[in-house]
Amino acid sequence: MRFVDEYRDGALGAALAAEIVATVESGRHYKVMEVCGGHTHTIYKYGIDDLLPENVELVHGPGCPVCVIPMGRVDDAIALSGRPEVILTCFGDMMRVPGGSGTLDDAKAQGADVRMVYSPLDALRIARENQEREVVFFAVGFETTAPSTALTLMRAKAERLINFSVYCNHVTIVPPLRALLDSPDLQLDGFIGPGHVSTIIGVRPFAFIPDEYGKPIVISGFEPLDVLQSVQMLLHQLAEGRAEVENQYRRVVPDDGNERALQVLEEVFELRPHFEWRGLGSISQSALKLAAPYADFDAELRFELPGVPVADPKACQCGEVLKGVIKPWQCKVFGTSCTPERPIGTCMVSSEGACAAYYNYGRLARERAAI
Amino acid sequence: MGAAERDALEGIERLRQRPAKFRDARITMAHGAGGKATRTLVEGLLAPLLGIAELSDAASVGELALTTDSYVVRPLRFPGGSIGELAVNGTVNDLAMAGARPLALTLSLILEEGLASSELQAEIEAAARAARAAGVAIVGGDTKVVERGSCDSMYLTTTGLGRRDPRAHLSPNSLQPGDRILVSGTIGDHGTAVMLARGQFELLADVESDTRPLWAAVDALLDVPNLGLRCLRDATRGGVATVLNELAAASGVAIVVRETNVPVRPAVAAACEILGLDAMYMANEGTFIAVVAPDSYAEALAALRPLPGCENAAEIGEVKADPRGMVVVETGFGGRRVMDMLVGDPLPRIC
Repeated sequence: MRFVDEYRDGALGAALAAEIVATVESGRHYKVMEVCGGHTHTIYKYGIDDLLPENVELVHGPGCPVCVIPMGRVDDAIALSGRPEVILTCFGDMMRVPGGSGTLDDAKAQGADVRMVYSPLDALRIARENQEREVVFFAVGFETTAPSTALTLMRAKAERLINFSVYCNHVTIVPPLRALLDSPDLQLDGFIGPGHVSTIIGVRPFAFIPDEYGKPIVISGFEPLDVLQSVQMLLHQLAEGRAEVENQYRRVVPDDGNERALQVLEEVFELRPHFEWRGLGSISQSALKLAAPYADFDAELRFELPGVPVADPKACQCGEVLKGVIKPWQCKVFGTSCTPERPIGTCMVSSEGACAAYYNYGRLARERAAI
Repeated sequence: MGAAERDALEGIERLRQRPAKFRDARITMAHGAGGKATRTLVEGLLAPLLGIAELSDAASVGELALTTDSYVVRPLRFPGGSIGELAVNGTVNDLAMAGARPLALTLSLILEEGLASSELQAEIEAAARAARAAGVAIVGGDTKVVERGSCDSMYLTTTGLGRRDPRAHLSPNSLQPGDRILVSGTIGDHGTAVMLARGQFELLADVESDTRPLWAAVDALLDVPNLGLRCLRDATRGGVATVLNELAAASGVAIVVRETNVPVRPAVAAACEILGLDAMYMANEGTFIAVVAPDSYAEALAALRPLPGCENAAEIGEVKADPRGMVVVETGFGGRRVMDMLVGDPLPRIC
């Protein structure tokens, strides 16, 4: 595939890996967090850990948008889907995220009309085709997906589609990063920054990471060579004692982001005072809700939702895993009451969460020598 | 690795090796997807209640082999095939994979009130054509009609009878370190063709289902002297990934797959890339996995490649002793990953 295979070239990867080996100081342990679930996916898919020296450790971050949705919000979506007039639409990977009482997949099995869509515009089409039903889009995602929800809402408003609404769970990337950096026990040397989010917000919102916390960050693309090169750029910064925002993903990410998308976000959404993050607790000004001119399309106002918060179980230590303080296997509930089949915390929900990945693949690391 | 970490990993391993327990309150689509949930349902509920000790594509009854399969594909027709053709090929292939020459089929129909007779006729003609091509007779059947809305146009069930070939000594438990893994053709064609034919994704690609009868290919393999053919599996629901996991678990071995050797059509690779899916998990209806002794894979490939549908047959990996029960992919980028069983239906990712 043109424009794809070029970024997966094994020979170039090996050359970069050799450069990385030459850059690391022996005896020093490096902990680097990739913020975005998309990067984690690339790291697993291509086995990038295998190409890195043992003292460079990648810590999987909080940037998986479906995993950070708290159980109470999933329960509300399930409650919505249980109303006979409602068609609940959502992205595919949201269907299997467990709330306090099952998943949307389970709700569907019990008769709820839950439909997977690829784009919020598909939800709008379903609304046009089912005027007698109420079509709700369960919106999740960072700034990456929020503009498409915003555009959909603008179109719904222009068309005066009265049977469409959005259950908004969009979140923003900077506040959880700040929350991580503020914790006194953080043990990270630097960040691989979220490429897709940055196409919207640009690189400047990340300047606080070097400026206030003295940690380097490299905004990275999603192909294996991108990730490897970003690690190399971070290690260079660390070796030279620099802490800056660097942009590895220049072919897609403009420094100022996407002005039009930012305008659209500004028009349609406003910040919530607080939002509960699964595994990270309540973070102020970290999520979006529909602004007043779009209140008519807000499912939280249109329907009465249970809105019962479900606290993360006390034993869950996702926060510590995300901060790199403990390893997944050191968590009290890991592998016993928290498993990929019945996850408790965010790190176990997605197959790319740090705990699920370790649960499934930890044995490979142990038996590498055997292969 | 410290003792505590080792304990944690070994705890997980013990948990995995426990017999499957079926605990779900309701049946979800995942139970039909061919992955972990299906396995839990079959091994945790159906097989124990029915007293079936050994699960395979077809059961042995003396010299005969018996199998049954239901077809509920939507849309009824898709590029490269249709439900009538699939219902014949799928069942004769289950016999072929068990090393049995297909002899006869029965065909049962569940029809939805209001179905156009022309559609029914077209599918029965397709089934008859497929049976002739596969060299089997359709010798009987049954017809039921249900109220509109109780089924989706038509569901077909075929039951197949075959004669076990004396040349075949196949078992999923027989893989040994050093054995080679072969795939008979390109992977993911059927799953991709059907998915795109549903029109849900507004994505056009020139991909056809690979549905075809496989006995001729199996016959050609069994004809190679001293091949050391251990096992055959058609990579239907759950795809190549699921089949390899089942074999690794059944034989207590590791399977290492070299990703660059796996034949995938560019259009399938591109569709999967765009949708965030993996061809290794996509269904096939005419592509199978063969495991052969270390020295004979070249002869096996030479026997397969002249046959229609097997032109792209390839050696894709090797059986190793450790890590037991795992399938590991060596990626084209130089790293490795674990290729696990499918957990539910393949779902596209948000990012």
